[in-house]
Amino acid sequence: MPDQTGLEALAQQLSEALSGSVLSTSHANGRAEIQIVPDQNVAVLAWLREQGYSFLASLHGVDYYPHEPRLGVIYELLDMKNVDRVSVKARVSTEQPSIPSVLALWPGADFPEREVYDMFGVRFDGHPDLRRILMPEDYEGHPQRRDFPVGGEPVLFTHNETDGYGADR
Amino acid sequence: MSAASEYRRREESITMSSEPVGMGETHELLTLNIGPHHPATHGVLRLIATLEGEVVRDIKPIIGYVHTGIEKTAEQKSYWKAIPVVERMDYLSYYFNAMAYCGAVETLLGIEVPPRAQYLRVIHLELNRIMSHLVWLGTSALDLGAMSMFWYCFRERETILDLFEMSSGQRMHTRYFQVGGVIEDIPAGFARNVQKFIDEMPSRADQYADLLEKNEILLSRLRDTCVLDEQTLLGWGVTGPLLRAAGNPWDLRKAAPYSSYDHFEFKVPVGTVGDNYDRFRVRHAELYESTKIIQQALDGLPEGPHIVEDRKVALPPRHELATSMESLIHHFKLVTEGFRVPEGECYYPIESPRGELGCFVRADGSAKPARVHMRDPSFVNLQATAPMVKDAYIADLIATLAMIDPVLGGVDR
Repeated sequence: MPDQTGLEALAQQLSEALSGSVLSTSHANGRAEIQIVPDQNVAVLAWLREQGYSFLASLHGVDYYPHEPRLGVIYELLDMKNVDRVSVKARVSTEQPSIPSVLALWPGADFPEREVYDMFGVRFDGHPDLRRILMPEDYEGHPQRRDFPVGGEPVLFTHNETDGYGADR
Repeated sequence: MSAASEYRRREESITMSSEPVGMGETHELLTLNIGPHHPATHGVLRLIATLEGEVVRDIKPIIGYVHTGIEKTAEQKSYWKAIPVVERMDYLSYYFNAMAYCGAVETLLGIEVPPRAQYLRVIHLELNRIMSHLVWLGTSALDLGAMSMFWYCFRERETILDLFEMSSGQRMHTRYFQVGGVIEDIPAGFARNVQKFIDEMPSRADQYADLLEKNEILLSRLRDTCVLDEQTLLGWGVTGPLLRAAGNPWDLRKAAPYSSYDHFEFKVPVGTVGDNYDRFRVRHAELYESTKIIQQALDGLPEGPHIVEDRKVALPPRHELATSMESLIHHFKLVTEGFRVPEGECYYPIESPRGELGCFVRADGSAKPARVHMRDPSFVNLQATAPMVKDAYIADLIATLAMIDPVLGGVDR
């Protein structure tokens, strides 16, 4: 992880290379994070990849309910040579939950992007096969959102098979 | 010429070009469904394979059959009550799941784990790594037709599970790791039993090598099959033994040591070719290295507390409850509400038997995590199956899947 000054310098260089892409930085809990404009994620990540952060360690979603914009997509980047990590966060709203796909940079973003779509409903523009990955195909809603209730998942057993799958949903 | 390439030469009539020869009257692509309940898929994994004769042209993994919403469940539980559910993700490396989660929460709380707890964690993590590799070795050899390996590997695995039972009362999903340390100190006799096990383990691993490394069938099926180079693997996000088999010595225990791993001397086995044989050899060599780490941790086990003294986080010792009102209050607060974690986000990566296991935890200031996400190595590594087995035989697909070592509990979470 770059230190506080290292992170500021990196963010400064980034905003010089791609003006208006950086929104804020934060440095806490052993984690250096750059928050960016969602539309520019491909350019930003490609730039960071050039700087050595070439390995996409993780891609996951977060719901910041009740704060707006609610949804967050987080890219954990890793520089294996210098053993350095930096996180990139893009926030999107639930009304317009879309962000460009980074599949062109890392083919390994395939499953994680599908998982974020499945769980949070973030659409990754340009992903060729954006389907649900963990939940059933006919499932309604995006269960990892904070306002999605827990419990009450109907299960088909022999005693209720006439009710039909999901009859009381 | 190795036996494997000799076999390929005899099969030269089958084109290995990436272009399918087409859908004409004589050639046709066959779509074959494998799984979800197939013993060779190592779990509830479904594969849709497109075959041209015996050659795999494309493969699509379909997952989600054992999705249990653990990440969602963890959000409904207070921090320390989420440990048991998190452990159940990757059911062969429960200590690692707990370590990643506890590590993330400890970072958010700013807790320093006592040295004795760190060493005890290392002992259990490495025992777990051996156990996970033994299950992999036994089941993989079974897929390749070597049935007896399964019994030998599970014999040693039983010994490890007995050790887990001794220290925590459980054989699997032990909930031994606690935020701030470990739940209990090791009982009398545990060190002696571990010593007995690690004295025996290297010779057992030698025996596995004797059984497998001179086995013509195994060698033919592993050597030079399904090679994938380092750069492609990195693009797919692959970590762990699969990446090390391709020659990249990336190991988080060395690169970014956590839990006192920098105190121990061990080697990182790497491969040279990146074929299935290297994947097998790297994991096999890790059995010895884990044994070495356990030996050092056991010899250098520091005295001291096994969990932080901070009563706001760790349960007070049982005997204090009878005498101290303060302890009783702390106990009550912890058991009912749990501890609160200041707002923040943390990503805590560790080296699991399958690669980088990263736990992302977002705290919103309450007693329950606002988001728990596991970057499970099986989930990411599974994507590399398709590029690995493209234009290989369907028999090699089974061998490759075994060498990838996906655990579907971790894939689906």
